[in-house]
Amino acid sequence: MHGRPRKAPKPEDEAASSAKAQKLRALQTQFFSFHHNKIYTKEAVELSAKLLEINPESYTAWNYRKLAVEHYLNLPDCNPDSIKSVLDDELRVVENALRQNFKSYGAWHHRKWVLSKGHSLIDNELRLLDKFQKADSRNFHAWNYRRFVAESMKRSEQDELKYTEDMIYANFSNYSAWHNRSVLLSALFDKKAEGFLLKEKVLPEEYEFIHQAIFTDPDDQSGWFYHLWLLDQTVTTDSPLLASSWPGHGSDVLLVGDRCYNGSAFSPFSALHSDSGSFPIVLYFNQPVRGVNSSTVTVECGFNKNEDLLWKPLSASNSQTARVWVAHLKVSSSDLHSTVEVSVGHTKGIISTRGFEYSHPSMLSFKVHVQPMERDSSQVSVAESISLREENFKVYGKQSEESIIDSFDQLIIKNGHETTASNWRFEALAKEIECFRELLSLVDCKIGKLTLARLLKAYDAMSYPFANKLVHSEEVLELYSDLMKLDRTHYQFYKDERSIVLLQKYKDSVSSAICGPICLRLNNLSLSRMGAFEKLLWVQMLDLSHNELQSIEGLEAMQLLSCLSLRNNKLRSLTALEPLRKLKLLRILDISYNQIGDHSIDTTRYVCSSPLSHSVGSELNRDETVTSDVALINNWEAFYIFKDFNLNQLDIVGNTIADEKFKSVLVKIMPKLKQLDGKLLD
Amino acid sequence: MDDIPPYPPIDPTTFDLIVIGTGLPESIIAAASSTASKSVLHLDPNPFYGSHFSSLPLADLPSFLSSHSTSPSPPRSPSSDDPNEFSLLEFATRPLYSSIDISTFSPNLLDQHSRKFNLDVAGPRVFFCADKSIELLLRTGTNQYMEFKSVDATFVGDNKGNLWSVPDSRAAIFKDKSLGLVEKNKLMRFFKLVQGHLAGEQDIKISEEDLQSPFVDFLNKMGLPPKIKSFILYAIAMADYDQEDTGVCRDLLKTKDGIDQLALYNASIGRFQNASGAFLYPIYGQGELSQAFCRRAAVKGCLYVLRMLVTALLVDKDTGCYKGVRLASGQDIFSQKLILDPTFKVTLPSGSSPPLPLKEKLPFFSLKDDKGKIARGICITKTSLKPDISNFLVVYPPRSLFPEQVTSIRLLQIASNLAVCLPGMFVLYISALCNDDDQGKKLIHAVMNTLLTVPLDSESNAAVQSETAENGSAVQDETSESSSGGPSDSGEEKPTLLWSALYSQELTLGQVDFICSTPMPDGKLNYNDLIDTTFKIFQEIYPGEEFFPETSLENPEGDGDASPET
Repeated sequence: MHGRPRKAPKPEDEAASSAKAQKLRALQTQFFSFHHNKIYTKEAVELSAKLLEINPESYTAWNYRKLAVEHYLNLPDCNPDSIKSVLDDELRVVENALRQNFKSYGAWHHRKWVLSKGHSLIDNELRLLDKFQKADSRNFHAWNYRRFVAESMKRSEQDELKYTEDMIYANFSNYSAWHNRSVLLSALFDKKAEGFLLKEKVLPEEYEFIHQAIFTDPDDQSGWFYHLWLLDQTVTTDSPLLASSWPGHGSDVLLVGDRCYNGSAFSPFSALHSDSGSFPIVLYFNQPVRGVNSSTVTVECGFNKNEDLLWKPLSASNSQTARVWVAHLKVSSSDLHSTVEVSVGHTKGIISTRGFEYSHPSMLSFKVHVQPMERDSSQVSVAESISLREENFKVYGKQSEESIIDSFDQLIIKNGHETTASNWRFEALAKEIECFRELLSLVDCKIGKLTLARLLKAYDAMSYPFANKLVHSEEVLELYSDLMKLDRTHYQFYKDERSIVLLQKYKDSVSSAICGPICLRLNNLSLSRMGAFEKLLWVQMLDLSHNELQSIEGLEAMQLLSCLSLRNNKLRSLTALEPLRKLKLLRILDISYNQIGDHSIDTTRYVCSSPLSHSVGSELNRDETVTSDVALINNWEAFYIFKDFNLNQLDIVGNTIADEKFKSVLVKIMPKLKQLDGKLLD
Repeated sequence: MDDIPPYPPIDPTTFDLIVIGTGLPESIIAAASSTASKSVLHLDPNPFYGSHFSSLPLADLPSFLSSHSTSPSPPRSPSSDDPNEFSLLEFATRPLYSSIDISTFSPNLLDQHSRKFNLDVAGPRVFFCADKSIELLLRTGTNQYMEFKSVDATFVGDNKGNLWSVPDSRAAIFKDKSLGLVEKNKLMRFFKLVQGHLAGEQDIKISEEDLQSPFVDFLNKMGLPPKIKSFILYAIAMADYDQEDTGVCRDLLKTKDGIDQLALYNASIGRFQNASGAFLYPIYGQGELSQAFCRRAAVKGCLYVLRMLVTALLVDKDTGCYKGVRLASGQDIFSQKLILDPTFKVTLPSGSSPPLPLKEKLPFFSLKDDKGKIARGICITKTSLKPDISNFLVVYPPRSLFPEQVTSIRLLQIASNLAVCLPGMFVLYISALCNDDDQGKKLIHAVMNTLLTVPLDSESNAAVQSETAENGSAVQDETSESSSGGPSDSGEEKPTLLWSALYSQELTLGQVDFICSTPMPDGKLNYNDLIDTTFKIFQEIYPGEEFFPETSLENPEGDGDASPET
């Protein structure tokens, strides 16, 4: 059970245990001989019971008993009475075994198996459980079995909810009880049971309940765990919502054939270089969804219905579920100005991972202007290297800041009808924030700070589309800085969280490269993680140099990126570049001065669910030409990452992996590459 | 008691120790001395064990109280010139109880079943599961003669009749409905501080300076709100006097002692698996405890004679040294040591001059110590004060009932499942320290009026009743005034009083002199202080002997299982 110190065995205990082992061995030998010879006599079955009473972990013996039961039940003279007596025997054996070891998986499983035969009284089970759960109130085997029993006997969730309450009152340090409570409430919410129809009626009471535990003993973790679940219930809307898109609603998009454009009439944010005359439409949902296709999302461009438009999920795993979806729309060159209307969710079919339907049909419309190409200047851009060095930038003037912010907000979808429905969520969060500020005024506790930071972030995120500012970002940053000092073990976690907040906040660092599209500069911010992608969909040039990034997960959402600097970061492997494979417009990449190749084993592959671990082998096998090249076989990771890139320019110097040999491999993988580490290639 | 049955003469006539009275201290000393291989004669004039610590049938309680309320009877015969070499010093009884007031509202019901009641003379009293008396019971194996049940909860009462449960554990704090979140946090942190301090954790040590300061100052320093302070001081640390009024507080609790009290309380909760609260109560009443130690003594060879009155002390004519006692049967018994029940005092023989050495000792010995009084009340009702719960303690902190209340009032409700009353009935024991009888009455009445319905017609002694009515109504006015503002107890019917006994008891201390006298029951909730005093007396009479040495343990049950039955 819990909190009981282990004592060193006394000599007499050791003697007793060796005697027990002796006895056990003899029993086991005899048992196996019965088992192998399929002997199911009364003596043989009793022997297995004896064995299990001493050692409930002997799963072979449980299986043998199952065979024996089947054997008896199939006898020709089998009648209800004899069935009952056989099964009752089994239940008794299980009970004795559990008395020996309460945590025996085999024993609990056997009991379920016996009951599933349907001849035993389920009511007795609850009585047995009450006894066991009194002895060890947190034992998850018992709680698991309880859920099974409650379901079998159709005991109402309400009754079980009351039971968790009693158990929590007896001792609130009980993960299992709190967990079961969350399971039961979820079920009641799903069922829309009476009294559980409205979350806003139920959740405040639950908050009130958990506050008692958290305030009484903030050091006890079980309460926080339940609080986190409540917070999730409060923050996450059931039906998925469209968080942002590119192009934004009401925006003007200028498609230019080359990098030198002359778009004085347009915001520089919406000019896009496009050789092919197509551009991406990106939809960013607030939670992963599936079912985005040309029937659930229609795109009308003039009179063209674009029914064959292909929507692709952008996610790290190759599943058909993602927060970000992209389609490439081709504008006919004859129309210099056209209006595009995108309607999302007017037909059902977009469904969240939790099974909720997208239920707020929305319409985006924007204008597309095509600027004809100018041949000669495009040749210049090929000859001249684009560099993301400091001297090449000028900061976007203060006077234009307002307009920048305006253009940001155009990207955000406003869902008016969600406002009223969300009021209770706001209220709940505001109340929680107040509550935890009070707690922190009483005690200095890490989990309290983390929770407050989470609450403030959730509050800001919820209010962002309506309020123009992230009111609490300073406070949140301070909380995370505090935590980084207080809790060194989880330093990296806090740093990652802090980075994301920092990104949400950063609006002023937008600057423009000379004679080029807008560049977002997020350099020198000690970022350890990227986030806030829904606000960065418009970015074409991104400077993340001189940060502490170890991962760029989520960057695949930035479909417009053509130029990316990750110079001077802490990327440790080629697989960390995985998100870049989905960026079809990426031409210039700087990954110099990272730590790629420092570590012979790429551990990120085991930590993250990288598709590499599943898909690489099959893809490589398909490509016959590769297998013949020894150099490529030895660098299959590089091959997998870089083969889909359309890079013109790559900087990789300053990484352990980037020796001459490796560079020659890269050139082979990317025949289109024109410049490597500042050197022109022929 | 007047008809002393003819006893055969006691044989032998010389003992190491004679103990008179079978109250708890006397019984423990008898048991400890027998264990130390002393020959002990244990006498009691009463026909029952326990003396002032006994539990009595309903009809016997008033007569016991009144028999100890009279002034000392004059010596029966003028000090006779004994032919022996001894002087005779007559015993007289002290008036220990006063202002006795018995009221019966349901005479038939109660009279018929008088024997079904076991009413504690010295109530309210409980055992803390981890206190010295339980340790002593376990160590000596005396627990085998007793059975206990758990007292389920502690409440703090107010003048509106509300009973607030005392958040005395982590689970209780969590569950409590009356405390705010901040209060819960502060209280739990205080408990953790105390636990950490007691566990000797390095970083949470309470400073020596704090330990020597008044506990109430320390609680203030910890920023505890008044409600919680009151819970800790009076319902957990069980302070008797108003700790915040140094003018009236005779017993200001130091932090060190407060912490020790919390430690005791904390160790008591959950000590025995089937005891839910911190306290235990013995089946058949507290009188069982004295009797259990007598049985323990008897096993070790102590000789018992009940219904035996002792008339006089035998002292050496020349030295004034104690020699023996003369029994009412006329027999003289000799011993080296004598332990005397507080009932008795020794009077100087009138006329003749006592041996010189005694002249100085006796006046001092007979001096009545001014330690104040304790007012006690016993009430019998047919309904519990709180539905769904039968055995519990209620504390009324100072000033909780009326502004002049300077001491805590404690109330213990015990139900018939502890075999103290008829099935379906409840016995309430109330007590409060006081300076005089009037003040004591007022305290007890204040509780009764808050919690009970007192019927108008009563068959009690007319004189006493008129006095009670006066007092009672005076108090009633006061309390009803003070409670008129607030809502009364949610319209629930208050339990009706069936019978009550109110009395004041002297708080005499034990004395150690040429003979030893044991103390009266004190005003505490448990026996800790009494056991300390008893231990001191034992050490005084047998300085070289160990008080129940470990080796004497011969408990057949082995592991000393005192866990109560539930």
